[in-house]
Amino acid sequence: MLKVKGLSKIFGGLRAVDNASLEVGQGQIVSLIGPNGAGKTTLFASIAGFHKIDEGQVEFLGLSIVGSQVHEIARLGMVRTFQITQPFAKLTVLENIAVGAFQQFSSKNEAHAHARLIAEKVGMSGMLDQPASDLTVAGRKRLELARALATGPKLLLLDEVMAGLNPQEIVEIIALIRSIRDSGVTILLIEHVMHAVMSLSEFIYVLSYGKVIAQGQPEEVVNNREVIEAYLGRGAADQMATQVQGEAHA
Amino acid sequence: MNFNRHPWALHALLLAVAIVFPFVSNSAFVINFGVLALFYAFIGQSWNIAGGFAGQLSFGHVAFFGVGAYASTIVQIRFGINPWWGLPASALAGAAAGCLIGVISFRAGLKGSYFALITLAFAEVFRIVANSVDITGGGLGMLIPMKQTAANFQFGDRRVFYFIILVLTVISVAVALWLKASRFGARLAAIRENEDAARALGINVFVEKIKIMTISGAIAGAGGCFFAQYFLYIDPTIVFGVDKSVEMLLVSMIGGAGTVYGPLIGAVLLAVVSELTRSMFSFQGLSLVIYGTLLVIIIAFLPNGLIELFKRKKRKESGRLTSASSSKEGDA
Repeated sequence: MLKVKGLSKIFGGLRAVDNASLEVGQGQIVSLIGPNGAGKTTLFASIAGFHKIDEGQVEFLGLSIVGSQVHEIARLGMVRTFQITQPFAKLTVLENIAVGAFQQFSSKNEAHAHARLIAEKVGMSGMLDQPASDLTVAGRKRLELARALATGPKLLLLDEVMAGLNPQEIVEIIALIRSIRDSGVTILLIEHVMHAVMSLSEFIYVLSYGKVIAQGQPEEVVNNREVIEAYLGRGAADQMATQVQGEAHA
Repeated sequence: MNFNRHPWALHALLLAVAIVFPFVSNSAFVINFGVLALFYAFIGQSWNIAGGFAGQLSFGHVAFFGVGAYASTIVQIRFGINPWWGLPASALAGAAAGCLIGVISFRAGLKGSYFALITLAFAEVFRIVANSVDITGGGLGMLIPMKQTAANFQFGDRRVFYFIILVLTVISVAVALWLKASRFGARLAAIRENEDAARALGINVFVEKIKIMTISGAIAGAGGCFFAQYFLYIDPTIVFGVDKSVEMLLVSMIGGAGTVYGPLIGAVLLAVVSELTRSMFSFQGLSLVIYGTLLVIIIAFLPNGLIELFKRKKRKESGRLTSASSSKEGDA
């Protein structure tokens, strides 16, 4: 569904994303992880058309979307959410979601009906008339998701929708993401909450200093030497291995 | 009558009041006041549609107004075309100016205060051009010869003017109501609140902004035509002056930007203030001084405009209603 080949994004002298390639198949949940500053959000923004990419190819549904504008890509069915939530602050929750729903419906009645449906799905039915600016962090994250979902996307790019949520909220949103996938939406997510990544993803890409350093099934990736070192520093993998050995001896 | 449940009742009531108004008294003062208030409401609504609904805060809306005023006057005087054609001509000219300024500014990615500044600059450029070319009569301006016949879009009975500007105002209110209830309006609100998020949801921000500038320009242009026919004289300072831009946005901000009836409330207040100061003092521009002071007070206490007073009352009432119904449920 989504194919990224050799994508690079350069800011001045910095290769924020360096020759990154990834693939997301229809109906999958794929995660993109990596230490802070690895370039995950930049890669997302480049795929979704927010940044002009310097090198590489991006194909969505078999079409090259390099150079397409953000709204054109969104209309094709690839919709992103923002890590730093961007609510329409003065509009109500219902109106926020309806902006997404208006991409599918031209009449206000239909759009609002669809927005209500989506609100129920993400558990926001009780706050429809609240202005978005009154929402908690968890509420805003949900709203990001709801708005994107209301457009009727084929592929959702979720950028840290769990950051700042409490454990109970994370459990809820994991279930929600799974149900969105089960309804036929493919999902690519950036996430730091590891247990969520492990339980949700079918495939994981690890980004460090702009490069994809590992990829594979969740179990493969977490035991990967380079991944451990990227997160914990050089030598950490060896240390962990000796610790595990020591524990095994004892 | 609960206007929340019957919004049409409010529109009908306001329209009835506006229709009856000129028959209450036929004094020139009263009619002139009515025309002035509706005129401010009309051009204020033009600003409100772009500035209030779509968040494109223009400081030079007078550019469209002036282009309209000159368009209708030039086709009439230079080309001898019937002034009634001047009305669509001025709306078209205003729309073209709105579209052009929109394309230039938005292509350059100007937003917020930068957009405000470039529109101000455009209005000044237009003023200077009107001052220096022959077709506009330069700094002398243009005098429309007085010939009071209906065919000539001039009327001895000022009440006819009143009804013309009333019809125009009703059209502008209809546009605002349509924005409140349509997909286009929802997209504009999204753009006003957050352009990046709007774009991410598939909204073509550039095109939507151009559309609204074009519509807003058309309304301001028609306002320019009405102004020229009512006062029969235009010059660059009058129809391209900064104070008209300021009036347009003040009317809207004081009443309540981004609301349907905000500009009407602001317009009535501006008309009252300017008529009162004109009759009491001979100091030109004093009305704007007083109006500016009112603006400061209103922004301090009612940042969403005077319309907030009505909304607050409504909210209190509906709050009481829900608490009453919930206590009933509690009893049961």
